[in-house]
Amino acid sequence: MSLTSAHSVVAPSTTSKRIAGTIIVAYALISIVPLLWIFATSFKTPPDSIAYPPKIVFQPSIEGYCNLFTTRTRQTPEYIHSLGPATGICDETARERNMVIAGPSNFLPRFVNSLIIAFGSTFCAVFLGTLSAYGFSRFKVPLADDLLFFILSTRMMPPIAVAIPIYLMYRELGLSDTALGMILLYTAVNVSLAVWLLKGFIDEIPREYEEAAMIDGYTRLQAFWRTVLPQATTGIAATAIFCLIFAWNEYAFASLLTSGTAQTAPPFIPTIIGEGGQDWPAVAAGTTIFLVPILVFTILLRKQLLRGITFGAVRK
Amino acid sequence: MLNRTADSVARATPEPLARKVRGISDKGLAWLFISPTILLLLAINIFPLFWAIYLSFTNYRANRSNEVVKNLGFANYQRILGDHDVWIAMQTTAHFVFWTILLQTVIGFTLAWLIDRKFRGHAFWTTIILVPMMLSPAVVGNFWRFLYQPQTGLFNYIVAFFTGVPPSSFEMLGSVQLAPWAIVIVDTWMWTPYVMLICLAGLRSIPEYIYEAAEVDRASNWRQFWSITLPMALPFIMLAVLFRGIENFKMFDMVNLLTGGGPGSTTEVASITLKRQAFESWRTGYSSAFAIILFVAVFGLANIYVKALNKVKQR
Repeated sequence: MSLTSAHSVVAPSTTSKRIAGTIIVAYALISIVPLLWIFATSFKTPPDSIAYPPKIVFQPSIEGYCNLFTTRTRQTPEYIHSLGPATGICDETARERNMVIAGPSNFLPRFVNSLIIAFGSTFCAVFLGTLSAYGFSRFKVPLADDLLFFILSTRMMPPIAVAIPIYLMYRELGLSDTALGMILLYTAVNVSLAVWLLKGFIDEIPREYEEAAMIDGYTRLQAFWRTVLPQATTGIAATAIFCLIFAWNEYAFASLLTSGTAQTAPPFIPTIIGEGGQDWPAVAAGTTIFLVPILVFTILLRKQLLRGITFGAVRK
Repeated sequence: MLNRTADSVARATPEPLARKVRGISDKGLAWLFISPTILLLLAINIFPLFWAIYLSFTNYRANRSNEVVKNLGFANYQRILGDHDVWIAMQTTAHFVFWTILLQTVIGFTLAWLIDRKFRGHAFWTTIILVPMMLSPAVVGNFWRFLYQPQTGLFNYIVAFFTGVPPSSFEMLGSVQLAPWAIVIVDTWMWTPYVMLICLAGLRSIPEYIYEAAEVDRASNWRQFWSITLPMALPFIMLAVLFRGIENFKMFDMVNLLTGGGPGSTTEVASITLKRQAFESWRTGYSSAFAIILFVAVFGLANIYVKALNKVKQR
């Protein structure tokens, strides 16, 4: 770090780099321990999951995943003996615990709800957001700044505060506990993010492209379609992933406004219980399945992450 | 340039012809593009907001919608502002916001400052650090209940391992003293990367020549940090604090799943009080008034803060 060092005067020295690297690696490793623990727990048997001291080495089992997807009832060993041979690995593990599989659990329908609602609302939010962002970016809209601020401010309200009147409104309109209601709500929440992010992306596309296209005889709409949209693909994709992650992770609205048919996975997973309390391996299995798509998206998005989390305020 | 050419061409063209050639006018197109979003927000955000304002002046209860609704004037607002429990909830929220932001800013900035050294593999490890903030606070928060189990949880085990205290001697979520900190720990774990990422952008925005000039002036590293690094990264740090502040003021998911506001009401932040009043006691009118007060508070504080932020930026 001193002036006498051989390399650039401001470049950090090798020692300071090494110390920094060690601390960062240590922090990173510690911070992913809870996630690794979720993953490990999903492959434990219920007794292993609550063993003391916590088991780091254990015999992997898929009981957690079996329990996640099925409901089981307790039976007498005699009854279980009287049944035919086990029909699968899940059936086998259940029988070892004197249980019989009674049917599928609600996890799969809840997971499908999450998929429908997340993708549906993302599509709508990005569609509306792209149009509005283009409008704000290219045209002189009266009170544009106020409108943009208004769009953003809808995101500042505490979700529970929004949920009260939405709950009443949906009850009147018959939208309570429907996928359509949730898609509308998530679209409204996400559209603010979409407008702000996409406006930033579209601002970066030179106007000259469209103007050239319009001089060539395209209408404004055609110019938008043929020159702006293709240029904005990366931005639109990044925005879509951010909207998707929000809708996928959302809990407050989902837990208050859905209870059955339209319930998504986040309010469902904490309610997975086994005999005598929470069935942690099953919860961990559900959590793992739920988190994997987000992990993939985070890695895909890492270059745009900063922009997304600051509503486009910081662009790097 | 081109814009002017296009405009003059458009102006020279007779109006009906121009319309045929260029399709819809720009102004029409602008509104066509923007209005769906505005309409959606009016329907899903603004109309309900006004409804909530109306309800906040009444004694309406959503579970007894057949009863006659009485107009109470400002009685709900008066009751809330005079309610001891509400003030306790606001204090709990303030405590939570203060500590999470302090910890996240200090740790987040330190991490960013270290990553900015660009050691080998820094990009990979940065991505690893970023993972927790992308996950669902509800689903992950729920799992922390497992880590906090007094006898068998990993958290208690690790603390016991390093301090020698028996792992079943303390309950992170069940104890009045520890429960607020249990939530602060999870929130800090989850959102420190967020602050880090914004701080990192701030540090990278500082041009190298300023440091070079400081080296020429023989400013010590300490001096450089306090008079270059920190002031120049400050607008970014403040932005991170703004975003985290708003989010944590609204905090619901994690608290609801970790403690549900308990034990007793020690971790009952404003959102939890609101949920209990609105969806458990069904005091819809009362809770609407509380919701409006919270909204005004966030909005007002955020506005004041943004003004301060702009001042710092201009310096």
